[in-house]
Amino acid sequence: MPELRDLYQEVILEHSKAPRNYKEPAGTNHKAEGYNPLCGDRFTVYLEMDGDAIRDIGFQGAGCAISKASASMMTQSVKGKTKAEAHKIFEQFHRLVTGHSHEDGSEDQAELGKLAVFSGVSEFPVRVKCATLAWHTLEAALEGQQEKVSTE
Amino acid sequence: MSAAAAVPIRARAVQQPFDVERIRGDFPILHTRVHGHPLVYLDNAATSQKPRSVIDAIVRYYEGENANIHRGVHYLSQVATEEFEKARETVRGFVNAAQSSEIIFTRGTTEAINLVAQTYGRAHLGAGDEVLITAMEHHSNIVPWQMLCEGKGAKLRVAPINDAGELLLEEFDKLLGRRTKVVAVAHVSNALGTINPLKRMVALAHARGIPVVVDGAQAVPHLGVDVQDLDADFYAFSGHKMYGPTGIGVLYGKHALLDAMPPYQGGGDMISSVTFEKTTYNKLPHKFEAGTPDMAGVAGLKAAIDYMNGIGIAKIAGHEHDLLEYATEELGALPGVRLIGTAREKASVLSFVLDEVHPHDIGTILDQQGIAVRTGHHCAQPVMERFHIPATVRASFAVYNTKAEIDALVRGIRKVREVFA
Ligand SMILES: Cc1ncc(COP(=O)(O)O)c(C=O)c1O
Repeated sequence: MPELRDLYQEVILEHSKAPRNYKEPAGTNHKAEGYNPLCGDRFTVYLEMDGDAIRDIGFQGAGCAISKASASMMTQSVKGKTKAEAHKIFEQFHRLVTGHSHEDGSEDQAELGKLAVFSGVSEFPVRVKCATLAWHTLEAALEGQQEKVSTE
Repeated sequence: MSAAAAVPIRARAVQQPFDVERIRGDFPILHTRVHGHPLVYLDNAATSQKPRSVIDAIVRYYEGENANIHRGVHYLSQVATEEFEKARETVRGFVNAAQSSEIIFTRGTTEAINLVAQTYGRAHLGAGDEVLITAMEHHSNIVPWQMLCEGKGAKLRVAPINDAGELLLEEFDKLLGRRTKVVAVAHVSNALGTINPLKRMVALAHARGIPVVVDGAQAVPHLGVDVQDLDADFYAFSGHKMYGPTGIGVLYGKHALLDAMPPYQGGGDMISSVTFEKTTYNKLPHKFEAGTPDMAGVAGLKAAIDYMNGIGIAKIAGHEHDLLEYATEELGALPGVRLIGTAREKASVLSFVLDEVHPHDIGTILDQQGIAVRTGHHCAQPVMERFHIPATVRASFAVYNTKAEIDALVRGIRKVREVFA
């Protein structure tokens, strides 16, 4: 039986209450809005890109604890990374929260770092969208997509 | 032979004293265990559970009566047709329509409202005309009218509500204008639980000659509905929210209005004769029932109404009212809980938010304790906007719920606070 504490880990609760990089960076040159119509979660992700590198990142919006903590920890993990590196982290994160992280033996989970606390999400399939909303929004911002991303 | 043994088996039909435990025994699914806990099903406004008698009626239909109706001279077709029309008569009696030809079977409330919008609406609305709804409508009583208005260059007007979630009747009255061609309102709000003063609203609209379409999806399961007493012109509801099966619902319409309306869908059953040059439409109610209907669903709906009548709608309403009052008191007393929808007249629905905790997280934590509630916007996004919230948690009650289940909900909310402490 899935345990609540696996999902609501201390780190996650802490980030949801005091999200990091909760701001629009002054040098923002890319942004995108993400929306989960199922529960009304709505976030904007802001990027200050320096060529291919994420020089600064922030987010704002409202959502459940999982989506907010995920957005907060995402900003920490991709800041200073290149577009390709950020994309790779999202791929690993996605495998983690959907419970597919061990399928590919060659995969090095080390890059996930603190994001590993989200492993409990895989026991709660309806919450995968909460955990990935900010990431989908980040991808849209990186691609310079204008359209609002939706998880539905 | 003891006196008890002489009680006829059909005694249920003459209404026994209310016994919630016996009623719970009628619903097989209520024995389910969820994550190691007994199921506490408080999502009845989304769909109610089904008693054994409804499930049996569907099985009986397929095992003993299945044939296409209105089409065959053979034995089964006649049986199926008779049962189908008997069910229509049961529905007529349940909402006290004047004639059974005023009862149209649909897929549900949504299809019933779309039917009226696409037939009556298309025939009567022109550019610059208006449809008046309220700020507490379900999407299914907003979007069909928006689609109609878009096509016609007409305007959708919205009567406002107060902070308790009650309709502002004077504002509603003011919005009834020369250009208003249809009024479409919920009898009971699914997101707030508000019971609208429907009789007065209908009287105000009729004083200006405007017909009223009522979304009764949340009313029929909980209130005794009398369409003639309400003087509603159209009244829509769904079987699955009143202990019946999914896929079947009802549109009631006044005979004169239905008779004058163009048909909705074309096909079999809705015609009386077809040539390539000209088709004449069938009489009511068949004109609006194109194609093979959900006959098993109709059999199940009839069984659901028989079940409700067996208990008595007054007893159902009384029990649910007790539950709502108890839950309002118990939940309202919890720190950090804010009730959304505090109208004086309410039915069955308790919507709330909790400081600092998103409804989605509450839903997951309650689910871990076997408690099923709805979290989200309840297909009423404008209501959420009105109260400046993204979503609520909604507990909604049915005849089989108990105070012990509300106690479980209260314990569940305490647990949420622990997790988020
Ligand atoms: C007030 C109200 N109107 C309409 C509907 C739509 O009913 P259905 O989905 O059965 O067509 C619902 C149920 O979801 C409702 O609660």
